[in-house]
Amino acid sequence: MNAATLYGLCSAALVGLGLYGAIVQPQPLRKILAFNLLGGGIFLQFGVVARRGAAAGMGGDPVPQAMVITGIVVAFSATALAVALLLRLYQVSGSAVLSTGTQAGLDKKGDDS
Amino acid sequence: MIAAPILDMGLATLVLAVAVWTVIARQTFSAVVGFVTFGLVLALVWVRLAAVDVALTEAAIGSGVTGALLIAAAARLRPTEPRSVAERPGIWLQIPAALLAALVFAGLATVVLLPADPAPSLAPAAAEHLTKLDIGNPVTAVLMAYRSLDTLLEKVVLLLALIGVWSLAPDHLWGGSPGLWSDTRRSGELTLLARLLPPVGTVVGIYILWVGAIAPGGAFQGGAILAAMWLLIMIAGLRAAPAVGQRWLRLVLIAGPAVFLAVGFVGFALPNGFLSYPERITKPLIIVIEVVLTMSIAAILGLLVAGAPDRERRR
Repeated sequence: MNAATLYGLCSAALVGLGLYGAIVQPQPLRKILAFNLLGGGIFLQFGVVARRGAAAGMGGDPVPQAMVITGIVVAFSATALAVALLLRLYQVSGSAVLSTGTQAGLDKKGDDS
Repeated sequence: MIAAPILDMGLATLVLAVAVWTVIARQTFSAVVGFVTFGLVLALVWVRLAAVDVALTEAAIGSGVTGALLIAAAARLRPTEPRSVAERPGIWLQIPAALLAALVFAGLATVVLLPADPAPSLAPAAAEHLTKLDIGNPVTAVLMAYRSLDTLLEKVVLLLALIGVWSLAPDHLWGGSPGLWSDTRRSGELTLLARLLPPVGTVVGIYILWVGAIAPGGAFQGGAILAAMWLLIMIAGLRAAPAVGQRWLRLVLIAGPAVFLAVGFVGFALPNGFLSYPERITKPLIIVIEVVLTMSIAAILGLLVAGAPDRERRR
């Protein structure tokens, strides 16, 4: 088994792990972390495809690598927006959990409208 | 090299171990630290996959800037920690989720273990025009020349995310300055670091932007390092976070996409339409785009970590 296949299996495990974490974890911040794990695993899959496409004197196919770079930046902006939403939820309702108990928190007056 | 398979097995095991820790850790802060470590080890994996550009981006943006953002969020949410730790997922959620995760893992593992033969590759097509473009790094050529539309749209996505984050501030704080760790205690070590590191980091960031034409590097990696230096100065309290309503700040933010778009529209005068570069000035044009892009990226990344405005704008 060469390096690319080994990391391919590793990335498949990361995707499974991230998916499990995103579903099971009750807190939103932990869900965001699990989503980022999931994204890392998917990018690694691209990396395996790029490594297998090594040709023309390059170590890897540059097109999937460029797509992964774009993906990492977009994933960061999505994470930033998600974290800002979470902090705003905490500011307005006083709690940062998604269970049904927060309905009482939403009725409470926050520090602004 | 005999040690290579051992190194790869070790790295893969380490990545999985840190990822498992991130998912099952009880404390939120431990999980965030695990995630930052995960990003750094993943950067090593990218180097092993001969993708050094991606390794730089993963270390700088995927684990560095994202890590800073998540640590700040975990710190602000610390009052909710006792209640969050007490909440546990039920067994009737864990088992189906684990089954689904195992199913997805099996599917992807099958795809990995049965690769297409011969492996599809765009490397020869990418290598074809490298000498004409006078760019030595094929990834930079893909980002700035072959798929420049993707890079332009990626910049716009960054701007949209920033506008989304700003719009989450209460109405009366619109245009104010972000709070960013305003409640940290002033520490001697942090101030010393924020005085010594930024000059070095700025030179390194500009170097990585410049060398991206012929070696691993580029606008995004250099911009992330510059953003990190700016964040360090703001966190140490040496400079206040700027009010987001100021005109000069907004000009810096839109300069990158605006120049990129302008060059794109110039392409309409040429046979291939939007974003086709004029033949003889391709390399200088790409350099101009990259320099302005780096400045905008540094500003946007810094502001995304700083978050929504927390204080009113003083008029």
